[in-house]
Amino acid sequence: MTTLQKAPTGEALVTLRGVQKHFGALHVLKDIELTVQRGEVVVVIGPSGSGKSTLCRTINRLEPIDEGAIEVDGQPLPQEGRELARLRSDVGMVFQSFNLFPHKTVLQNVTLGPVKVRRRKAEEAERRGRELLARVGVADQAEKYPAQLSGGQQQRVAIARALAMEPKVMLFDEPTSALDPEMVNEVLDVMTSLAREGMTMIVVTHEMGFARRAANRVVFMDAGRIVEEAPPEQFFTSPRSDRARDFLSKILTH
Amino acid sequence: MLETLTDNWDLFVEAFRTTVLLLIVSGAISLVAGTLLGAMRVSPVPALRTAGTAYVTLLRNTPLTFVFFFVAFGFPRLDIRFSYFAFAVVALSAYTSAFVCEAVRSGINTVHVGQAEAARAIGMTFGQTLTQVVLPQALRAAVPPVMSVIIALAKNTTIASGFGVMEAGAIGATLNERGYPAFDAMIWVAVGFVIVVLPLSLTQRRLERAVVRSR
Repeated sequence: MTTLQKAPTGEALVTLRGVQKHFGALHVLKDIELTVQRGEVVVVIGPSGSGKSTLCRTINRLEPIDEGAIEVDGQPLPQEGRELARLRSDVGMVFQSFNLFPHKTVLQNVTLGPVKVRRRKAEEAERRGRELLARVGVADQAEKYPAQLSGGQQQRVAIARALAMEPKVMLFDEPTSALDPEMVNEVLDVMTSLAREGMTMIVVTHEMGFARRAANRVVFMDAGRIVEEAPPEQFFTSPRSDRARDFLSKILTH
Repeated sequence: MLETLTDNWDLFVEAFRTTVLLLIVSGAISLVAGTLLGAMRVSPVPALRTAGTAYVTLLRNTPLTFVFFFVAFGFPRLDIRFSYFAFAVVALSAYTSAFVCEAVRSGINTVHVGQAEAARAIGMTFGQTLTQVVLPQALRAAVPPVMSVIIALAKNTTIASGFGVMEAGAIGATLNERGYPAFDAMIWVAVGFVIVVLPLSLTQRRLERAVVRSR
């Protein structure tokens, strides 16, 4: 499966070292060590409450960590402020609930970041925005408001919005979990093509088909720990840990 | 009854002109200052949040007459000397902006937290997140409570008459001195306030319709 896509470069783009995170008394991330290479697609799976979404959200510091270090492209995550805003503009994020801006048109959703954050000219941002909307298959919806679109279309616009910033890495936090079943594939198709084009991606998902098809590596989490890491074929056919075997038996049998 | 109004028409016009001027100037200042205070109260800087909370707690819990008192008698002690009208504007704005702040903040709280996260995730600063994404959506929910605050301000301007400003609240006493029945005078003042406040209610309805359309 991995032969279809560009190989990861072997150069670390995102590193997490000794990351600890608590929500009150709950220890949600425990001793997290993870390195994602440029061009690599890492799928994070695990039962709910295992900390996989939190892990994803720490990488652009939407969740601050208690201990440890996170680096993106060799740069440690700055404290809250302008430096952090600059770093976030290089890290695309796609949310479970889309979070499109309801008071802006689809095209404005995609151009807002480039114009306000990157200081691009409006015409240039619009031209590029329309290209991206075409790429995710919603070019004809550009003038509509998000509420007029289906969930699958909204999520594809959200992907275009993130891509408009020309990010170094894309984070996907359960991007298909809020979608009606028949809309899941249209979003996964866009993500698969992104993966094939060499985008570095960290994807939290329950879509095992996507993991098999597009991932270089599967990271399995449970109770705040990374329990197992393996290429998808190996992970799905012969998981090493009991916990992963148990998890897979529950989700793959039906 | 009617002659109470017609005989003193100039007084009514002059006094209500001052009332409307107090309302417009203090209203404009309160809207701006209240929104800034609201921004302070949701900002990531703890010192700003604390300052905003302290201000609102203090001003919202002090009777307006006391605010007037502290401004009108406190400022001159600090060698700050304005006209009575300017003191009234300061007192009314200081008081009303605390209420505007809370109305704006209640609007901000209706905006889903994911909106701010999405804005931050594309690299927007706190200011950009607030002005581009959160406030435009917050204003929808904030229009009715903010307008209620402004309508309350319209009526609160009558406190100024106790501090040397010849506005509509002073009409009753003035006419009483001139020998007109106090009750008739008050009825005409009340009618005047209905006329002043009515456009505010209409504006609220229009704004609410406008924000629904822009959705």
